Amino acid sequence: MAERRWWKAAGVLVAVVVVVVTGSGRGGAQTPVLNLYNARHYDTDQALYDEFARQTGVRVNLIQGDADQLIERIKAEGAGSPADVLITVDAGRLYRAQQAGLCQRVPSPVLAARIPANLRDPDGFWYGFTKRMRVVAYARDRVTRDQLSTYEDLADPRWRGRVLVRSSNHVYNQSLVGAMIAWHGAPFVARWARGIVQNLARPPQGGDTDQLLALAAGEGDVALVNHYYYLRLLNSARPHERAVAAKVGLFFPNQGPEERGVHVNVSGACVVATAPHRAAAVAFLEYLASDRAQEIFAKGNFEFPAVRGIANPMAAIAPVALKEDPLNARVYAANGARALQLMVGAGWR
Amino acid sequence: MAASQGGPGAPGGAVTARSLHWLLPAASLAVAGGLSLPVLTVAASLLVAAEGPWVEFVRLVLPRYVVTTVWLVLGVCAGALVIGVGTAWLVTVCRVPGQRLWQWALLLPMAVPAYLLAYTYADLLQYAGPVQTTMRAWFGWGRGDYWFPQIRSLGGAIVVMTLAFYPYVYMLARAAFLEQSGAALEASRTLGHSPWSTFWRVALPLARPGIAAGVALVGMEVLADFGTVKHFELDTFATGIYLTWFTLGSPVGAARLAAGLMAFVLAVMSLERLSRGSRRFHATGTAPRRPAVFPLRGWRAAAGVAACVIPPLGGFGLPAAALLVMAATAGDPLFGPTFLRLAANTLLLAVLAGTLAVAVAALIAYGLRLTPSPAMRVAARIVGLGYSVPGAVIAVGVMIPFGYADRLLGAWLHAATGRPPGLVLSGTVFTLVYAYLVRFLAVSLGTVEAGLGRIRPTMDDAARTLGHGPGSTLLRVHAPLMRGSLLTAALLVVVDLLKELPATLILRPFNFDTLAVRVYQLASDERLAQASTAALAIVAVGLLPVLLLDRTIARARGPRDTPDARP
Repeated sequence: MAERRWWKAAGVLVAVVVVVVTGSGRGGAQTPVLNLYNARHYDTDQALYDEFARQTGVRVNLIQGDADQLIERIKAEGAGSPADVLITVDAGRLYRAQQAGLCQRVPSPVLAARIPANLRDPDGFWYGFTKRMRVVAYARDRVTRDQLSTYEDLADPRWRGRVLVRSSNHVYNQSLVGAMIAWHGAPFVARWARGIVQNLARPPQGGDTDQLLALAAGEGDVALVNHYYYLRLLNSARPHERAVAAKVGLFFPNQGPEERGVHVNVSGACVVATAPHRAAAVAFLEYLASDRAQEIFAKGNFEFPAVRGIANPMAAIAPVALKEDPLNARVYAANGARALQLMVGAGWR
Repeated sequence: MAASQGGPGAPGGAVTARSLHWLLPAASLAVAGGLSLPVLTVAASLLVAAEGPWVEFVRLVLPRYVVTTVWLVLGVCAGALVIGVGTAWLVTVCRVPGQRLWQWALLLPMAVPAYLLAYTYADLLQYAGPVQTTMRAWFGWGRGDYWFPQIRSLGGAIVVMTLAFYPYVYMLARAAFLEQSGAALEASRTLGHSPWSTFWRVALPLARPGIAAGVALVGMEVLADFGTVKHFELDTFATGIYLTWFTLGSPVGAARLAAGLMAFVLAVMSLERLSRGSRRFHATGTAPRRPAVFPLRGWRAAAGVAACVIPPLGGFGLPAAALLVMAATAGDPLFGPTFLRLAANTLLLAVLAGTLAVAVAALIAYGLRLTPSPAMRVAARIVGLGYSVPGAVIAVGVMIPFGYADRLLGAWLHAATGRPPGLVLSGTVFTLVYAYLVRFLAVSLGTVEAGLGRIRPTMDDAARTLGHGPGSTLLRVHAPLMRGSLLTAALLVVVDLLKELPATLILRPFNFDTLAVRVYQLASDERLAQASTAALAIVAVGLLPVLLLDRTIARARGPRDTPDARP
């Protein structure tokens, strides 16, 4: 009896395994599919995939995860990898994927025409589709706009004990500092990083939202954050988050006549070198550059559309003639590792 | 008992028995070897030359990382030891008011992933959090006017992880105390020892293997943790591995660090085994009586109750309440039918892998008992190492051999069918379950080995003399005796799996999310309040196995485990 029951249980288990294994992910060979390895985790992006499926009849399969780990997965899967498109939230990881030989060149006239040259790889290996500005947030009751000017100025001793920023481990900081290395050279940036460390209000911790909360609570007076975190709080359904946003102002630095403009990072995508559905992958990238997709991006997560001339809901918070750093994304992305070493060397943990 | 008619005496049975005699150990060795593959893949990195920018970087920061890690492990293990053993003693051997309630309440923190504790405590206690904000509002303080402990610190991490992990020690210590013959404790009292002295000189040494196993689990959990230390901005060995790998882009460097970590764990565990020597504790034939009870009265009772209330309150009550408030005021915008699918995926994976983990553990433990060859012993130890390695490292250690196997398989299938088949193994639930086994087998193997170890070898001899082969002995004698251990092992793994994130995140198939993945998606996007709904769901789903665990522990005490007069 006991034995028979064991076998029955084992049989059921095997059956379940077979069903799960065969049923997962790769069914439906008839309908055309596109496999996304996606480091963006915004629920609002679902509208993009649904719309693409409606327009083309291509069903979108999705794995969301950390970009670095998705890159490792594509590497391990090798030539048989099902990955068609890799999407990241920063240029640094796209550059890393390209360096690892995981991206293929996409010489698309559509993309070349619509995506500004500084927001894509010069050789067409990857394209940026949204812009995210690294800006200075400030406590309205303790800082006035005329006290703010540039990133470089935040290392000035008058900000001692007042600066809030997240860890140097984070790629948003690495990209910003990578761009500064390109403009000023490493020795200047090393000095600047030491100045920032001396001005810190607390050891670097938390994410960008945490810096905004700390600003509102009075733990510091100025913070380096990506712009959309502020907009999220401003448009939150929770009153206390709106109250935080009310105490905080956003300042777009480096706008003076001699200045280079605010640092712009991109969320972008590349077609994987071994993509089994290359045509669909290219079509998807071109779709992401369409007016409709650009609007969804901008509305969903408050990012700036990469394509010029899209009605921009962010216009209200940015200066009328916003000056953006023209540096190509590949340049600061390539400087990321050097930037990390400089920051860690300066004591920016 | 109809099935036993065709039993051992029949010719067919004899053939099966004989073939099982070598088949079982062989299968056991094969499975253990197969599951050692990722760990060996990681260790193989030691053969590759160390070069690249990571070498310099690691040399620069590693000493600091190691020091932090050592303090963290020591702090959490010490905390878990004191709380776990102390509370287990209180609710098992002493009598405190509300005893039955505390017995299971003390297990509740197991349902809460450590990273969730970190999220909620950081949220509550940071400068901008509700506690400090309220204090400032009440007393009119400003910045720098008062002292408040920094939650994102080594101390904060030790407290939070102790709250998360002490139940492992509590559970195993409690099981050990329950198994102890009341006679031993009574004898100690008769010989003039006070309750304290009895605890130190009799109960504790007898319970040592169980307690050591619990502390080892805690230490390994701490070493493997990434979510908590990352949130608390601590630099530990695990963050060093992540940094080397994902920021400095050196998988080889990361694997070398992981290999170093495993070598350290192996050394510590061997030391513990050596220091325990060859002492073995088998339950004696006489049915042990329930342990003597030391009733607590007056202030001692109050202190006892406080000691039993604070750990589950800090590790479960408070964070669960905070999550509930967040979920009620903000919550997940996708809450609805999607969540049922997430919960179903989570449960399915956990139960599937949990069952397999126990089956595999039984196979390995039994192979070890039948033929304790050096190869078998080494394989069993290596398999257990996966528990001390961060899940992401295991995941990639799994992906590399599977990717290789897929390439071979793909080439073969391509030649056979004329069409490239794509990936057969990678990116399936199979891979994921395999990774779970590698990561969590230590838990089930430890529990099953302990259970098997308590069955006296004379029992095997008796069964074999009566004509039962090894397979038949396993199914008819050992399995019924070990029902409690097997169930405990399965539940422990299931509880761990419900909380598992890093391996799931990397290895899961397309369009397949779990509750933990949902928490990650929102939390990594800095939407902690919205992540609270999925977080609460993880805790809720985890409650059931935790409560079952309490029942199996309470039932599996000595007398029930020893056989009655069954033939």
